Amino acid sequence: MNLMLEIKNLHVSIEGKQILKGIDLKISAGEVHAIMGPNGSGKSTLTQVLAGNEKYEVTKGEVIYQGKNLLELSPEVRAREGVFLAFQYPVEIPGVSNAYFLKAALNEIRSAKGLEEMDAVEFLELLKEKMKLVEMDSSFTNRPVNEGFSGGEKKRNEILQMAVLEPTLGVLDETDSGLDIDALKIVAQGVNRLRRKDRSFLVVTHYQRLLNYIIPDFVHVLVGGRMVRSGGKDLAFQLEEKGYDWVKVEPEVSEEHVK
Amino acid sequence: MVNQAKALIDREYKWGFVTNVEADAAPKGLSEEIIRFISKKKNEPAFMLEWRLNAYRRWIKMEPPTWQHVYYPPIDYQGIIYYSAPKLKKDRPKSLGEVDQEILETYEKLGIPLEEQKRLVGVAVDAVFDSVSVATTFKEKLAERGIIFCSFSEAVQNHPDLVQKYLGSVVPYADNFYATLNSAVFSDGSFCYIPKGVRCPMELSTYFRINAADTGQFERTLIVAEEGSYVSYLEGCTAPIRDVNQLHAAVVELVALEGATIKYSTVQNWYPGDKNGKGGIYNFVTKRGKCAGANSKISWTQVETGSAITWKYPSVILQGDHSIGEFYSVALTNNHQQADTGTKMIHIGKNTRSTIISKGIAARFGSNTYRGLVKVMPKAENARNYTQCDSLLMGDKCAANTFPYIEVLNRSAKVEHEASTSKISEDQLFYLRQRGISPENAVSIIINGFCKEVFKNLPMEFAVEASKLLGVSLEGAVG
Repeated sequence: MNLMLEIKNLHVSIEGKQILKGIDLKISAGEVHAIMGPNGSGKSTLTQVLAGNEKYEVTKGEVIYQGKNLLELSPEVRAREGVFLAFQYPVEIPGVSNAYFLKAALNEIRSAKGLEEMDAVEFLELLKEKMKLVEMDSSFTNRPVNEGFSGGEKKRNEILQMAVLEPTLGVLDETDSGLDIDALKIVAQGVNRLRRKDRSFLVVTHYQRLLNYIIPDFVHVLVGGRMVRSGGKDLAFQLEEKGYDWVKVEPEVSEEHVK
Repeated sequence: MVNQAKALIDREYKWGFVTNVEADAAPKGLSEEIIRFISKKKNEPAFMLEWRLNAYRRWIKMEPPTWQHVYYPPIDYQGIIYYSAPKLKKDRPKSLGEVDQEILETYEKLGIPLEEQKRLVGVAVDAVFDSVSVATTFKEKLAERGIIFCSFSEAVQNHPDLVQKYLGSVVPYADNFYATLNSAVFSDGSFCYIPKGVRCPMELSTYFRINAADTGQFERTLIVAEEGSYVSYLEGCTAPIRDVNQLHAAVVELVALEGATIKYSTVQNWYPGDKNGKGGIYNFVTKRGKCAGANSKISWTQVETGSAITWKYPSVILQGDHSIGEFYSVALTNNHQQADTGTKMIHIGKNTRSTIISKGIAARFGSNTYRGLVKVMPKAENARNYTQCDSLLMGDKCAANTFPYIEVLNRSAKVEHEASTSKISEDQLFYLRQRGISPENAVSIIINGFCKEVFKNLPMEFAVEASKLLGVSLEGAVG
């Protein structure tokens, strides 16, 4: 199996507060990994660091993505290299239509790859096709990015963007939160259709229910900034049954120590 | 990101070069003699000199306004040169071939080639260099339809009746401190007359350039649209980088007769000063249009990205019944720029309508104020106004203010006002960058989204230009 992502001893802090305290993770091409954990365990921090959010400071460790030092790359370069983050809270961009925004993104990624930019006609055709994946209607293309969207629409929009940009590594940050069961199924189905031998996913979720629809190859449990347990998809069911207390461990290093 | 942002902010004002031409200038300072000097230089008829002197005598008794929300040290009006003209081979070049090479090259560098064959089809240009108009293109072609498009000086010589009839009819010489100063000393500008029933076949534009040091630029534009005519007019401006402030006090008057439409678009990019607030243009301008006839329409669109200080309120007097006034504005203040800008809509006629869309953007230490007046006079039955003022802040040291004044003297009026203030956030930038979009394009996309309603009113080429200009003026202002 081709190794796509390797996280080694990753330590991350924000505003001086240590959030991740030594994460190790290996993801091979084609695999789906799920990260579960209670609120405040550092799940979202991990996704933001992978995407390159500069609010977070990496104090130790490294991340190798397709043989490159990911942490040295700017967010836009990571995106062009195929790292995609489906945000937990997608932001609104008033006055900018979805189609315009996505076309700008796709064309910057294409240019970086040395491909020709797509013209409006070609792009709209592609967009139409991808919109079927997440069952979105055509009015959506002209609406401003995420403005006035319901929670479910925002999440579907994230998956649509992923479908258009065709990343190599899709990172989903609590894409299931705030979704009713129908929307959850649509989102999960959108992701499943994007599964490929050369594409991997890191799915972060608080609840097991998403994993009924997106079946992971591996499940990891993140508590207090550390991976406390890893296993197969059954681990998710055990967690659902027994709760996070079952895997919680005392932190080895107190926060005062870290400072 | 911080470093990237810094590099972008520190990028230089690319229009800031100086052209080496000998200037024919008046001595510094202002007096009756200087006014007589200017009037004589321009070989003006007696009525013009008298008008200027009346304005001057009024002006010396006036005080500069202090109500605006901008701060600057008192201006030494005796330290300014009121007339500066590039020394030309002849008094007034009769064709482009006679215009000095240096000046042609200046406009070339600014991206405004004056040779007609190189111009975009459909735009005629009047180029004003310091105090005088140096070239007007497509004059003959326009003349075939009876359209007069020339420098103000030429209009005074060739069409004195029209000038005398309309000069000061919208902005009287005693209107306000800066307009009165302009009336006394204005040296040139553009004049435009569209005859009855004529739809002007191309965009008309004036390109203003301040070059000489220590000068003030005082131009005056007058546009008259006769019954049922249509004209779209564009105005652009730049100036060299200088570390002292320079005064620009212009007056623009528009007259729309029955059923006429005037669309006036400005992209103002005077030198804004350096990042510490040193230098830059004081842009104190009076712009006003009169919808004199029924069913007439005046629409102002402005994109204000330059100047150290901007003080202007393009306004519409809605005198004719069923007349329409519009004001679409984007004002951007970065670094230490200050802007106090807005509009006045004065509803006099019946069933008059006005729309105001104002977008203010403030970054770094910029201060951005919208000031507007909607006034409905007693006889303005069924007047309507819709106002929307949005402010966008970038960073935490800038400021946005909104001062909307509404005076309604007729009970049938409907006046609506909406306002919002928002911030361009790190989260928005990160979101766009996470999709592969470069930081420069990300800022540009966000700002263009914010300004969309205004940009869509600009003529096509201008909209593209304006959106690029905003990008350049703002890139990296977050961080």
